[in-house]
Amino acid sequence: MSTQYKTKLSRRAFLKQIGAGATAMVAAHLLSSQVQPARASTGPNGQTWGMLIDLTRCAGCNSCALACKAVNDLPNADVLPSGLSSEAYTFVDARPVVTADGQSETRSIKRQCMHCLDAACVSACPAAAMYKSEAGPVIYRAERCLGCRYCQMACPFEVPSFEWYNGITPVISKCWMCYARLQEGEKPACAEACPTGALRFGRREALLAQAHAQIDCDCDRYVNHIFGEHEVGGTSMLYLSDIPFEELGFPVGLPQTAPPEETEKIMGTLPFVITGVAALMAGTAAYTHRHSAHTVEPPQRSDEQEA
Amino acid sequence: MDPMITPLFGFVLALSIVIPVLFVLGVRYVAYRVAGRPESLHIPATDLFPVPRFASRWQAIRTLALVTLLGMGTGIILLRFVYGLGEVTNLSNRFPWGLWIGFDVMGGVALAAGAFVIAAIGHIFGMKRFEPLVRPAILTGLLGYLLVIGGLMVDLGRPYNVWRPLVHWQHHSVMWEVGLCVATYTTVLFIEFLPVILERVNQFKPVAKRLPTVPLYRLLKRISIVFVILGVVLSTLHQSSLGSLWVLLPTKLSPIWYSLYLPLFFWLSAVAVGLAMTIVESTLSSKAFKRGLELDLLADLAKYAAVVLAIYLVARMVDLVVRGAWPLLFEPTLQAASFWVEIGLGVMAPMILFSLKSLRQKPAVLFSGASMIVIFGIVLNRLNVGLVGLWPYTGQIYFPSWMEITVTVTLVTIGVIAFGLAAKYLSVFPEEAEHKAA
Repeated sequence: MSTQYKTKLSRRAFLKQIGAGATAMVAAHLLSSQVQPARASTGPNGQTWGMLIDLTRCAGCNSCALACKAVNDLPNADVLPSGLSSEAYTFVDARPVVTADGQSETRSIKRQCMHCLDAACVSACPAAAMYKSEAGPVIYRAERCLGCRYCQMACPFEVPSFEWYNGITPVISKCWMCYARLQEGEKPACAEACPTGALRFGRREALLAQAHAQIDCDCDRYVNHIFGEHEVGGTSMLYLSDIPFEELGFPVGLPQTAPPEETEKIMGTLPFVITGVAALMAGTAAYTHRHSAHTVEPPQRSDEQEA
Repeated sequence: MDPMITPLFGFVLALSIVIPVLFVLGVRYVAYRVAGRPESLHIPATDLFPVPRFASRWQAIRTLALVTLLGMGTGIILLRFVYGLGEVTNLSNRFPWGLWIGFDVMGGVALAAGAFVIAAIGHIFGMKRFEPLVRPAILTGLLGYLLVIGGLMVDLGRPYNVWRPLVHWQHHSVMWEVGLCVATYTTVLFIEFLPVILERVNQFKPVAKRLPTVPLYRLLKRISIVFVILGVVLSTLHQSSLGSLWVLLPTKLSPIWYSLYLPLFFWLSAVAVGLAMTIVESTLSSKAFKRGLELDLLADLAKYAAVVLAIYLVARMVDLVVRGAWPLLFEPTLQAASFWVEIGLGVMAPMILFSLKSLRQKPAVLFSGASMIVIFGIVLNRLNVGLVGLWPYTGQIYFPSWMEITVTVTLVTIGVIAFGLAAKYLSVFPEEAEHKAA
């Protein structure tokens, strides 16, 4: 199961240090992995890993989905997934579309966790079972999870999957950008397996620049929209397409700001609410009780005499 | 569902009904019924499985129904922990929260609000005449919270990790606040109720002599105001946080209910339902325990409820207009209908009933108005936010399974039984005890 990787996790940005001293660093970061940030969300945006998914290049071969299953040791490794589940961190969605020149076609869209820059699931999690690593991937560790499923509720892309048929130890499953491979300097399995170049892995900043350049110089090919650039405050996974995203089953009406900003504003008022309510109540109580001395009722009740 | 599991599943479920029924009816009685009765039905009192004697046929049916329900509830909870949530609920990845969060947790917490509202009125605002209502309200609150915890334990996928939010503080997570509040406020409610238990304990001289229960009682009485204030603070946080949970879902919850002011609305409606629940619970218990009804006090609570409902109504309406979501209310959708039932029957109607002095002093009006607040104003509101308001986004893919409903009914039944037992053995209605003694 996926949990076996979780023990290797450490949230520090490892890739800077890959090289000679890597082994020693692994040990050090394993020890420090117990310390978690008080605030979740954003890492250093420019340095975040990301993936540019060019839907015009996707042939729908499913190499990515199968490679993902193999690398992450998911069950039914030779079965093509048809949706995100505890058996599949990614799948290739086949959608019938009508192209600009009026032809009916089937388009393939790889779907997986978007690794939001300010992720709702990370903000939602009450025990930091879901956390944002500084390198970019949003990672789940089962050992902290309560199974409250607020991450599922919060995710605007409906990515986290729950094990509905596991009574005692259900876990949340979702893409973790092959974080263990990233630490070893490798690409995520899907990007490595892609034969057409539809999946490009790199720093989000650089990928974004590339995507803009591609749209600018090849303006007939792509719609002028990089999905993930601004959606819910930006995601690490970026999509380029020649067909409007709403026709490809991408969620519409997503806010340009990250939803956690609103709840974190509310959470930020709590100290004032606590102090305010407590002071108001204590003041009122002091006022209404100003004449009454402390009277302690006798502990025995009148029934006792009765008995 | 695994085809191998299905027969086993049914078998366990059947057993969970049959075993308790056998215990009530008596194994021997059933055996007689099946295999024929021996000459004499005289059974010695020491018999392991006595033939039960019910006062009436009605009582027998009631007991059987109750035992069947508890057996089924237990069986379903057992199945949930053996086969998983998917086996007993209609939940899915697209609809991960259902009845147990929408009603048991969100409704349960709201219905427990009487504890902090009445305690604040009686102890902080110094209106001592409300004193007789405080203990039952705190008992209702405590039981409500214990049931919320019970519901959560069934609903959480990994309930053994429930303590983690207490250790790994996540200041940004609303769910963390919810978890912290459930834990601390249940403790505070227990401390608030502890004097009632200690009064009883102190009557047992051997215990009171050996344990410091009498000084503890005196101490709690002396510092009770601290816990009342703490209760108000924690309730304010918790009631509002259940609304804040949904602020994180701007794309999923229907704009009829989605608002950045959800925490405020949840808190305001909780204050109103705290007052209403006290009226409902006083009326019911006055019938059940054949005690007098504190009509003047309840009419005053109804007056306060009308004021709170008016503020709540104005806030909701202004919010809908400012956000520009009001045209949705006049579209022929299930959501609009559900909104109007919630606001019309649960807020407007009781507000009008309770604002007329002649009406709110009639016990029947008091009870029906308060029940409307509870059922339509609050329970339906929480279900609208938790289920109905999500359907436009998810499609109508979720409706609670009969097993989810059974577990919910079981939990509520346990709460009612516990209230009855506590009222019987503890002086929850203190003024009544004095009347009897006099």
